[in-house]
Parts: sequence; C-alpha cells; structure tokens
Amino acid sequence: MISWYIPNLDEDTIKEMLRTIGVQSIDDLFVDVSEDIKVKKPLNLPEPLSESQVKKIVREKLAKNKVHGEYRVFLGGGIYIHDIPSVISHIISRGEFLTAYTPYQPEVSQGILRSLFEYQSLVCELTGMDVANCSMYDYGTAAAEAILMSCRVTRRNSAIIASNISPWRKSVIMTYTAPKVSIKELNFNPRTGCIDKHELESLLSNGEYSCLYLESPSFIGSIETNLNEISEIVHKYGSLLVLGTDLISLGLLKPPGDFDVDIVVSEGQYLGNPPNFGGPCLGVLATKRDMRLIRQMPGRIVGMTTTKDGKSVAFVNILQTREQHIKRENATSNICTNEALTAVTAAIYLSLLGKQGLKKLAENLAYKSHYLAGNLRKLGLESPPYTSPFFRDLLIKLPDHLSADTAIKTGLDKKLIIGINVSEYFPAYGNSILSSVYDIHTKEDLDSLISHFRELLRR
Amino acid sequence: MRSFNQARWEEKLIFELSKQGRIGYVPADVEDEIRKEVGNIYDHFPKDLIRKDINLPEVSQLQVLRHYTRLSQMNYGVDLGTYPLGSCTMKYTPKAVEDIVNDERLKNLHPLQPVETVQGVLEILYELEQYLKEITGMDRFSLQPPAGASGELTGALIIRKYHEVNGELGTRTEIIIPDSAHGTNPASARMAGFRVVEVPSDENGCVDVEALKSVLSRRTAGLMLTNPNTLGIFERNIVEIAKMVHEVGGLLYYDGANFNAIMGIVRPGDMGFDIVHLNLHKTFSTPHGGGGPGAGPVGVKGFLKDFLPVPLIDFDGEKYYFNYKLKHSIGKVHTFFGNVAVLVKAYAFIRLMGGEGLRKISEIAVLNANYLMKKLEKLRGIELPYAKDTPRKHEFVISLEKLKKETGVAALDVAKRLLDFGIHAPTIYFPLIVPECFMIEPTETESKEELDYYAEVMEKIISECYSDPQIVLNAPHNTCVGRIDEAKASRPATMIPSYKWLTKKASNR
Repeated sequence: MISWYIPNLDEDTIKEMLRTIGVQSIDDLFVDVSEDIKVKKPLNLPEPLSESQVKKIVREKLAKNKVHGEYRVFLGGGIYIHDIPSVISHIISRGEFLTAYTPYQPEVSQGILRSLFEYQSLVCELTGMDVANCSMYDYGTAAAEAILMSCRVTRRNSAIIASNISPWRKSVIMTYTAPKVSIKELNFNPRTGCIDKHELESLLSNGEYSCLYLESPSFIGSIETNLNEISEIVHKYGSLLVLGTDLISLGLLKPPGDFDVDIVVSEGQYLGNPPNFGGPCLGVLATKRDMRLIRQMPGRIVGMTTTKDGKSVAFVNILQTREQHIKRENATSNICTNEALTAVTAAIYLSLLGKQGLKKLAENLAYKSHYLAGNLRKLGLESPPYTSPFFRDLLIKLPDHLSADTAIKTGLDKKLIIGINVSEYFPAYGNSILSSVYDIHTKEDLDSLISHFRELLRR
Repeated sequence: MRSFNQARWEEKLIFELSKQGRIGYVPADVEDEIRKEVGNIYDHFPKDLIRKDINLPEVSQLQVLRHYTRLSQMNYGVDLGTYPLGSCTMKYTPKAVEDIVNDERLKNLHPLQPVETVQGVLEILYELEQYLKEITGMDRFSLQPPAGASGELTGALIIRKYHEVNGELGTRTEIIIPDSAHGTNPASARMAGFRVVEVPSDENGCVDVEALKSVLSRRTAGLMLTNPNTLGIFERNIVEIAKMVHEVGGLLYYDGANFNAIMGIVRPGDMGFDIVHLNLHKTFSTPHGGGGPGAGPVGVKGFLKDFLPVPLIDFDGEKYYFNYKLKHSIGKVHTFFGNVAVLVKAYAFIRLMGGEGLRKISEIAVLNANYLMKKLEKLRGIELPYAKDTPRKHEFVISLEKLKKETGVAALDVAKRLLDFGIHAPTIYFPLIVPECFMIEPTETESKEELDYYAEVMEKIISECYSDPQIVLNAPHNTCVGRIDEAKASRPATMIPSYKWLTKKASNR
C-alpha cells in the first residue's frame, strides 16, 4: 500500500522500527488481543479513493441539497443564514488555530487563549454580564446546563421553563434534566406572547424552584417587556433568572445585565459561522460577578494573569477545579471538547462589526421584519398575533382554512422556503408559521414572500 | 536540535485597539422603500427597552486581520509539529477534507428545511452511519452528540432509560469505572444520576477482575471502559468482563477515545460492548480547533436502538427521512442534528482511507507508539509502569518519578522544556494512577524521523536535568511567554475573566 497520509509504510522503515521494538511483525504488537474476537476478514467498507474522487463524490451528493441562493429561505429558530466577512475564514483556517487542541500547555498556546478571552469579554459587553465561559455545544445545551447550574447554586431540584421557548431546546433541557431535576412549564399568554407574572409568582411562592428559564425574544419572536418585574419576583423567592436571548437583538435592546439576570444563554452560530445544517453551533453562557454563581459554571473559562516573573501579561484556563479532569464525578459538567473555533469566529465577527456595525445590523433586521409584518397585516394576516414587540422572527397566523403545510409546500414550487410550521407546538395560534429575516435578504426577497401569501389568500 | 522561537507580538487586547468611528465590516443597507414604509424603527419598541450604548471595539478590517493573525502565530498546532497528547489523537487533518466541506450547499443549509430539500446531506449522514456500524460492530448509530463527553452522557442516559423501562432503575444506581478512566466518564455517569464506583487496576494495568467481581451486583447499572485503556494497554480479559457485567444485568459502555488503536483489528461490538461512542475529531481526523468542535456519535446493539436520541436518519428505498418514532428515546442531546460539518469531514476521511487505510492507520499508530516507547523507556530516570513485556497500543505511559527523586525536576518541568524545541508536550499527570507521568500518543502521521527527534530531545532534556536542572526548571524559554502564574489567575481576589472585570466596570456584588 502506498499512502500520502501515513509516512512509515515502507518495508525498510517498518522492519527497522520492529527491530528496535524487538518483535518480528506488526501482528506481534497485537498478541494480547485474543484471536476469537479479532476481525477475521477486511472491513466491508468502500475502497480508498483519491482526493479528486472524494471531492467529486461529496460535491455530487451535496448538489442534491437546495440552499439559499437558488431558493429564498426564511427559516430561523436560532440558526440564521448571514453574510460572513471573508476575513473570518482566512483567520480560522490558519493551522495554528485549526489544528491545536485545548490549551493544556498555555505558554505555547497564548493565541487561542487570548482569542477566547476576547470572545468571553465581547460576550460580556454584549450581554451586560461579567463572566462568560469559552463555549458550550449550542443554545439548547447551554440552556440545559444553566438550569443544572441554578440547581447547584440554590440547592433546589426543580425549575420553571416558559412555554414559549423553542421546542427543540426544550427537548434538550428535558434530556439533560431527566435524571435529577423536575421541570414545570409556565404557560404564556397568547394575547401578549409573553408569560404572565401573576401566574409566575403563584408558582414560585412555594420557594422550591431553582430558576425561571425564559427566552426573550422567545422562540415565537415575542420580546418580554416586563423583565424588571419578572427579575424582582424571581429573586424574591430565592430563585435565579436564566434568560435565553438573541445576541444580535442586543445591538438594539437593553442587555440582560440591566435586568439583574443571573445567567444568560444564547446561540452564537450567526456570529460569523455558517448554518452547516445545524452544527457546529456555539452555546453562549454568561453570568454575573458573584463567586457563588461563578464556581458552579460549566465549561472552560480563560483568565488574564501574568507570567511567574510578573513581566508579561499571559492567559490561562482558570478555575479548573470545577472541571471533569480534576473533579471527576464532582465536576460542574462533563464537558471537555467544546466549540472553541466557533467562539474565535464569533470574536472576530464582533470585532469586525464593532459598536456601529452591530447596531446597524440589528436595526436592519428589525426594519425587514417590520416591513414584512406590515405588509402581511395589509393582507389581513395576524403577524404577529400578539401584542408584544418582536425583533427578526415573525410569527404569522394563517386563516383556519389555510394549513401551514399547504403554505410551505406551495412555496417550495416557487423556490421559497417560507418558514417553520409551528402549528403543532403552539396550538393557541391555530395554523401558524414562523418566518425570519436575514441580513442578506433584499426587498425583492421579502416581496416574493409577501406575494406568496397574497396568492394563497386569494385562492 | 532544531532551533525554535515562537513569535512574541506585544499585542494589545482588541478593545485597546479601538478608536471611535472605525469599523471592520459594514452590514448591507436596507432599501429606502423599506425604511420609508416602516418609519423610525425605534418607534416600534418601548423606549425603556432601547439600548443606549454598547462597548464593542471599533477597529478597521486590517487591524482585526493583523490582530488575529498575530495571535495565531502565538499558537501551536499539528500543522507546526508533533503534538503527542495522549488520548487526544492529534494527527494530521487532511486539507482536502477542509476544502470538501467548504461547499455552499452544505454551509448554507438550514437545519429546519423541508426534508426533500436536504436529501444530499442526509445521504452522506446515512452512509456515514453504515460505515461506523461496520467499523465498530454495532447495529445503529446516532450522529447527534457533538463531542465525546456528550456521547458519554448519551450512553449513560441510555443505560438509565433501559433500566427504567425494565423497572429496575430504583435498584440499579451504580456505574463502575476503572481508576485509569478519563475524567469525563465519572462526570458523565454522575450527570446521568448514577453513583460512581471505582474499580482498581491490577499489576498488569488492566481492570482487576477479582475486584470487579466484588463490586458487581444487582445495583450495577453498567461499566464504562476504554479499550485499550489510558495506559495504552489492551484489556485482555474483555470477553470475561463483558460476561460478568451482563450476568448481573448491567450494560457495557465503550469510551471511544482510544479507538485509533484498533480499527480493522478488533471491534467493540465483538468484544461484547452494548454502547459505544466514537470521537470523530480524534480517530477520524477532523481538526480539534483549539478545543472544538468535535463529534461524538453513539452506537448501540439492536436491543437498545429504540433508546437513541431522536431523530435517526432512515431510508425508505426512495428518499431519506428523519425517524422520530423511537419508543424509548432519551430525547435530544443537541438542538439540531449534531456537528454536521464535522460529520461530513469524517465521511470524507473514511472515503479517502477506505477499509484498508483505516486498518493501516491503527497498525502504524501502534507501531509508532511502541517504537517511541522503546526509545524513551531506556533513558535515565524514566520507568515504564505496569506489564513491561506487553506491547502498548496507540499510546503509552512513562513515569518520571525516579528522575524527580534524583534531580528534583518534575514531569511538569520536562513538559515545559519540550516546548522549547518546537514540539508539544504529551498529556501529563494522567492517568492518575501513575505518579509524575507522561501519556504519549504519537499517532500514525508522525514519521520515524520525527519520532527519533522527539526521543533525541527527551534525551537532551534528561541530561540537562542531571547536569543543569535550572534550565529545565525555568523552562520554557522559547515560547511567546514563560511559565505562567496560574495560582494568581484562579484566585478570586486577583482573577480577571473578562475585559469588563479588568476595567472594574463590573459592579461588585
């Protein structure tokens, strides 16, 4: 066999190495594997292929996918198709970042440590929090881990989640909490799109819940306008407030830190990472300056310090006694490999946009969603069918005679992927679709969606 | 010896480069017609919700590019040299694979698109599952777990659900884990609600079968095992162990962190394992990205397939579809379908290697490890713990305890000194059962010459330990910074976890 991948394959090299080891053959290195479990015949796998052949095979398979560009896509739910500045791929494809691992030897890994410190710092500025970890897997697992963290902090083993959160994130939360935590759902008011604070208070008053997990904007797009009061109520009963949010919305809206939120979670995919069919994502998790909370955080945290001689600034993983490689079963989480490179991507993206860019991006998305909403309302659709403000995700309530499936299927014929069918998750709104706007959508894109609804309603 | 000097840029934090009015990327404008129709966008939000200011840096595009390029030069990766972290499998990640996933028809694919518009990616994922089944000897895989530890949690939750369905969750409260196990194993078992019972290793570095016998009981939910284990030793009693665990009604879990040693040679499914996770970023060569993303698919035997996370990807003869109809599914462990871009990279890697190539990978990974071990074990001050005559697999562990006694130089110091020669240190102080240890995994992509260089550097450092220990104790010298004050970094009074904290803008609570 000849290989571009494995250098030590020529007979002479192998012989010489075997001689040093003191065995006759490579098989001798496997003498301790009992014969009766050894693989008897070659694995039933395809033949090795050349680079060009594999490129062709994968390209041809991927060509069967329909993507934004050829189609007009309006899907959200935490993942968005945004323009990605070219600078990003040129930086993150550098082998020094791409082919490194967790910085176990910080002296030779300052580049990734500093980049992750900057990521954490940018997240703190954006969210108004004080400490962020350097990534979780995604929004859903970040939310789940935040609830587990709240339980450790408060020493309580139940939690409240708002019912207007993402059904998929809810599913992840239920998986993670199943062994130890009981979950209570707090209904939301379909008229406002938000939770009811009186119902919240009556639930909390038994003093048994570790936290309220709330999303704003929620999955259906509604922005919570009573965060100050909610925060007060939650804290009155010794519970924590865990808030899921849309990081771009924070270019326009007050940050969670202004409402004394205890833990913020979010998705960072849309900060410079392509959707990639839903992964890799970037789970964001941040908390406030309170050692009671910080000591219970999951995941890695990079800190700034100096060299031992005090002469240079240096960066290193901190508070590692929380982590599995030291604390084993008493660790705050089992997470080891995380999403570091997507966090570096987010840091570059946020640095590029900066103060002005993020504000402009947030405004632009809001302009587009409100343009869409206004025009759909002119057609007689309730968009959104609630009173609270919304940002870039627009819930559209269809008339009873028009199913969301029909709206979606007929859209496909026009190369439109109009949104997510959320009817089964939020029956209070009947037939409903969640459509989202991207930075790359043009007026023409939005108008094509509006015309689609116009034609549907005419039928 | 190669001379090595890492770049030392005196780079400020990105925040400190900020100057009012600068910007590195300008988002596309919205059309005037939209603005006109919507009016002032701020009128659509309550005034008291509007953000006044946001302290993001204001820097030009070139400044951002230079900043992060400089930071990259202060980092070390496989592309620069040998990176033999034990149990991490830091091997060459082919550039062709990176190019393959750089495809708009993957990158711009939204996870919630109608299934008929995503047939291409589903076909790849479906085929990848078939390959992983064949490679491991398991019957079904979920590709959803985004990392090894996530795979472990998935596996532990499957164990839990299995006993729950059998009405035995009340009694089956214990997961048994060897004392040589990765820290993620006990952490995952605990997250799944189990009590962790540790079983010691015997004088051969394998699970002590007698000790295992004494802890197995009706309380046993399962045993989590890495094979070869973290000493690089194959658990030769695995068939017997599997039988013992199954006899008391427990399940056997395979931690795939060390799977690079056995591809095409022996399969977890044939050893008797019920649940397996693989680390695609290790064995299947997707890049580690400075800590992630990875992928940790979980495979099970047929009787557990209804317990896997939803959805699975199935094929009805015409089209691929998501199957949510799993009676006992533990639910979702990732919001969507896992780290798909990583999965596609692993698919491409398997196609490049083929079955024959995968077997060669394991053979040469094992050859390389044993070769380097032979060269290092004879060095002064170094000892090989456990079974001296047993060949190791893809990694091996040596102890520097004798060196420390004789010279006062610890494993940590030697590790730091290695960095001075343009190579990365191995995993140190793990597994916990070997004092002052190095856990070394050279991988199959290092040439004999690189392995010889590694041994040569080790020999030089050890002679320094005996003749001039200060140079080792004060190492590293050639990296962008010297030894770091880690204690200060983690002390609450002196720690700085963010720029905001540094600038004391964070409110003190």
